[in-house]
This record gives sequence, structure tokens and C-alpha cells, in this order.
Amino acid sequence: MMILSGDPPRSRVLSLLLIAIVVLLAITPFLFPGAKPLNVAAKICIFAALVASYDLLLGYTGTVSFAHTMFYGIGSYAVAIALYGMGPSWAAVGTGIAIGLPLAALLALGIGLFSLRVEAIFFAMITLAVASAFLVLASQLSWLTGGEDGRSFSLPELLRPGTVFIKDFFGVRITGRTLTYYIILIGCAGMILALLRVVNSPFGRVLQAVRENRFRAEALGYRTVFHLTYANVIAALVAAAAGVLNAMWLRYAGPDTSLSFSIMLDILLMVVIGGMGTIYGAIIGATIFILAQNYLQALMGAASEATASLGLPLLPNLLHPDRWLLWLGLLFVASVYFFPTGIVGRLRGAPKPAD
Amino acid sequence: MTSTDIPAPSTSDPLPQARRDLVPVLLPAILALAMLPLVGSFSSWVTLTIASLAMGMMIFIMASGLTLVFGLMDVLNFGHGAFIAVGAYVATLVLLPLAAMSGADSLLTNLAVLVPAVLAAMAVSGALGVVVERVLILPVYGQHLKQILMTTGGLIVAEQALYALWGPQIIPLPLPTSLRGSFIIGDVAIAKYRLLVMLVGLVVFVGIQLTLNRTKIGLLIRAGVENREMVEALGYHVKRLFLGVFMVGSALAGLGGVMWALYREQVHASMGNELTVLIFIVVIIGGLGSVGGCFIGALLVAMVANYGGFLLPKLALVSNILLMVAILMWRPRGLYAVTSR
Repeated sequence: MMILSGDPPRSRVLSLLLIAIVVLLAITPFLFPGAKPLNVAAKICIFAALVASYDLLLGYTGTVSFAHTMFYGIGSYAVAIALYGMGPSWAAVGTGIAIGLPLAALLALGIGLFSLRVEAIFFAMITLAVASAFLVLASQLSWLTGGEDGRSFSLPELLRPGTVFIKDFFGVRITGRTLTYYIILIGCAGMILALLRVVNSPFGRVLQAVRENRFRAEALGYRTVFHLTYANVIAALVAAAAGVLNAMWLRYAGPDTSLSFSIMLDILLMVVIGGMGTIYGAIIGATIFILAQNYLQALMGAASEATASLGLPLLPNLLHPDRWLLWLGLLFVASVYFFPTGIVGRLRGAPKPAD
Repeated sequence: MTSTDIPAPSTSDPLPQARRDLVPVLLPAILALAMLPLVGSFSSWVTLTIASLAMGMMIFIMASGLTLVFGLMDVLNFGHGAFIAVGAYVATLVLLPLAAMSGADSLLTNLAVLVPAVLAAMAVSGALGVVVERVLILPVYGQHLKQILMTTGGLIVAEQALYALWGPQIIPLPLPTSLRGSFIIGDVAIAKYRLLVMLVGLVVFVGIQLTLNRTKIGLLIRAGVENREMVEALGYHVKRLFLGVFMVGSALAGLGGVMWALYREQVHASMGNELTVLIFIVVIIGGLGSVGGCFIGALLVAMVANYGGFLLPKLALVSNILLMVAILMWRPRGLYAVTSR
């Protein structure tokens, strides 16, 4: 039980769901050959880790940060710039990681020390401002980051789609792309398990105590700012690592794929819909959200055309494939209000006081 | 100190007041004067200063609603930007079909469409504010985390709904003809619309201050913030009062949205999102909940943006953040900290 950190899913349906998701993700390259399913699966892995790291902040410490994509972007850009500048070598990948992760940690430390002393609302606003400044910087320093175009690069030989290991493995070509996918899958699974370990350690309990009643936690002798900053740094490190994996998968880093405010909103939606303060919720939330993002649109397109052909007013617009976020937004508001513990909390069935 | 140093209290003296803290008030003036030698030419300095004041007033109008709602009701509305965008879109409903009137070369005809457009924008965003307060915020009073989540969700829904209703394209919104161009005084050109904006901003500022400090409603609002139960025990509906405050805040956001859209001469659904960051910076600089601080913060942000854009265009993009960090180093809770929290 060590691998689950003594915190099993605690619900039969949830366990089955998680097992199904993990198994499907593990066999995606064989089950659905083709570029799109693999892209969706890789995105689910990366976002599950990213969202889990955000859950450490939002769910376990109760701090709303809008700067999480900044750390994600730092990881993406670090590895992208290194691979772009130094050429496709493993040394470049190492350099990117060796620069990106400490940079993210340092920045998280700075933001934490600077603003975690203040109230949740203040922290949320300050992180929003800092993140938007970072986005502007990334799109303006074009000599370094490639500006709005971002940086495209090639991966080391071993990870390229052109590298074929096995021509025909049950009818599937095992290429560098498949290897990259499994690196991502294992890396993200490792990070999520590590986060589970963190939140179920004594440290994680202190975070929950701080969330429930900061004053009381302080009175018990815990240095709450220290704990919050520490959590912030861990979350930033995981986010940056997820960013590294994302850039390696896309072979590209740009403002839209790694830094934009809409990704931040996506993360927030995934955490809340999946279930705050559970870590498992991150996997569920990311899976649902990304499946919706990729497949709900087709469904909505059909519905939109059907309503348009019936001549209904407005409805075709509301059901337009580009408006899928509208429906998820409504789901989000409803779940904050009616199911504050999200899907996982619902499945576990134990109504816990939210906030 | 001997007792003779203390002036004898005379009966006509007003109640003892806290000393007025004037340093932040002087900041914008000092900043403006300090920029004069850096900018070099007097006429461009005047133009920049007027531009900053106008931009500052618009940001103030948009931010005042947010800071009112926070300061008085302790609700932080992350969806405030949605009211801005809604106001701008509603104004296009009036201004675009009547483009002939706003294009006519007569101030009266222009105002005959502009005033209804602004009123409609304020009415719709105010009404939307009432709905949002009842539906989204009422269940989460006193829970900051949930407020942030709820209003952020509201922002997403509102932005998507605007896209669904109006389409994703940018809508051009030309200024009425008589507000175009500028007055030329010597070699200084002063844009007419900027003067109008400054006037409106001042009216809003003075209006809010007078209402809060000199009227019975203002007294009740301030008292309701201090001690809600007491005011309710005296027989006043604090809930209804706060609903009114939220409505006014949203209507102000709508007003600011129209003015900003006319300033930029375009409307698009993500404008609320873009302005939200700027507004938050202003509100943080001013001190959450302080209307005066918000006013000065808006002026400072606009000045830094305008002078910065003229002197060091590259730096101007992050100047807001640098300003915010500098101010928070000096006063960690903003220029005018609201003492109750």
C-alpha cells in the first residue's frame, strides 16, 4: 500500500474508473493507432500531473494561485530554448531541465515569501498580475523565446517519430514517438504518486490544518508561511516538469500552448470538477475535460447543425463546437455550488465540509 | 510636553479626526513633474499627461466598482471584467444601428445616441449584476475561496455567451463625429474625447465620495460593513443595501466598458479579461476597498503606462508589475490600507 501512500481511492466505482483510465492510457498506442488518440492520451497524462500539482495548492492549502501556468511555461520554454539553441542532444534536454526546474522553484519561493503572508484574495490577484507580466515578457523577448511564434525544435534521435524500433509489433510500429509517450506516461504517473505521498505525509496534514484554520495551526506552533511556501515550491516543480514533458511531446513551446490564461482556467476547471483536495480528482478531471475538449466538440457540431436545420434561433450558436467551454463553465459553477468536493468527493460519498 | 501646549478644546471644534495621509495624493503630481525633463518637449509632455489622466479615469471607473464591492461587501468579483465587456456590447446595440446619428456633424445629435447607449449599457450591466449577486454570490458570502471560483466560472460563462451571441469577430465602434479631433492650444493638441473622459471620471469619483461620506445611504452602507447585525437590528435591510452596491458597481463597470470601447474604437469579448489584470493591479496598489486609493492607483498605472511607453517602450509592458511591486514594498497593503481587514 506504500505506493498509494495509505490513501486508497476509498470507493469501488472510483477505483474501477482509475484502473480503467490507467490501463487505457497504458495501451493507447496499441489500441488506437493513429496520431490523434495518442495526442489526447499524452495530453491527459501531462494535464493529470499538472492538475494534481495545482490541487496541492488549491485543494490542500486553500490558496488560489493564477500563476501555475507560469511554472508550466518555464519548464516548457527551458527545454525548448535549450534544444533549439544547443541542437537535438540529450545534453540539451538535461540543460533545459537543470535550468528550468530550479528557476521555477526559485520564482515560486520568491512569490511565496512575498505574498503568502497575505490573504487568499490578495495572493490570487498578485499571482494573476505576475503571470500576465510573465506572459508579456515571453511574447516580447523574441530573441530568446521566439515571441508569439514560440520555439520549434527537434528531439534527440532516440525520441523522433522517424526512429523505428520494431516494424511490426501486433500490427503497430514502435517508434521514438511511442517511446516518448511512455516516458511521459511513466513520468506523470511518478509525479502523481509522489504528490499522493506528499499530501498523506505529516507535512500534508499540516497543510490541511492550515487550510482549515490558519490561526489555529499557527497557535499549534507550525510556521504556516514556511509550509505554504514549501507547498508552493513543490507544486511549481511538478508543474515545470509537466511543462518539460509537454514541450517534448509537442516539439514546440509557445505562449498559447504553455502560458496562456485559458490554460490556467482549464486547470482550475479540471481541479474543481474532478474534486479538490483529493489528487485522484486530478486524473478524473483531466480525463473528462480533455476528452470533452477533443470529442465533445464533434458532438456539439452535430447538435448545432441539427438545430440550425430546424431553424431554431440562437441555439445553433450556443451549441457551436467553439462554445464547448460555455457548457463546461456552467458545469464548473454548478459543481462549486452543488458538489464542492467534485466527482471524487461525490463517489467517495463522505460529505466533507468544503473550504 | 506641558499641559499648556495642548490647545483647549473649543466647543465649535469638529470631532477629532485621524490625520490625513497626503503622501499618496502627491505621488501622481510628483511623478508627472519628474517626467517633464525626461520627456523633453513641453507639448508632448502635456499630451502624455492628458492621455494618462484620461486613461486613468477610465480605469478608475472600471476599478471603482470592484473596490466598492470588495471594500463594502468583502466580495472579490473575479468576473468583474464580464460586466465591462457586456457594457461595451450593449452600447454597440444602440450605437451601430444609429450610426447615421453618431456620424452626424452635430454635438446634440451625437449625444442623442451616445447618452442612451451609455444608459442602456449601465442598465444592462447593473441588472446583470443583480442576477449575478443573487445567483452566484449570495450562496458564498464570507467564503473567499468559493467566491473566487464562482466568479471565475461566471466570467468563463459570460465570455462564451458573448461569443455565442455576437460571434468571435472584433466589432469596430467609431467615436461620434463631434468627439473626434482635438483642441489646439498653442502647439499643444488635446483630444476632445479625453477631456470628456476626464470629466466623467471626476464626476464618478466625487459622486462616490459624496454618497459614501455625506448621505444617509452612505452612512448605512459604512455602518453595515462595520457591524451588520447592529444595522439590521435598527430595521434596515443590509442585504438589499448590498445588492444595491453590487448593482452600482456592475453598472460602473459597464460605463467604463463603453468608454474604453469608444477610446479603442473596438469591442471584443476578451476585453474584459484583458482589463481585469490592469484593474486588479490598480485595486491592489490603492489598497483593497479604498476608493481614494483606487483613484490614485489608476492615475499612477496610466501614467507609468503612458510615460513608460514614450520613454522606454519595451519596459512599458511590464511597468504595471514593477509599479505594483514598488508600491507594495513601500506599503504592503496598498496606498490606503483599509484598516478593518
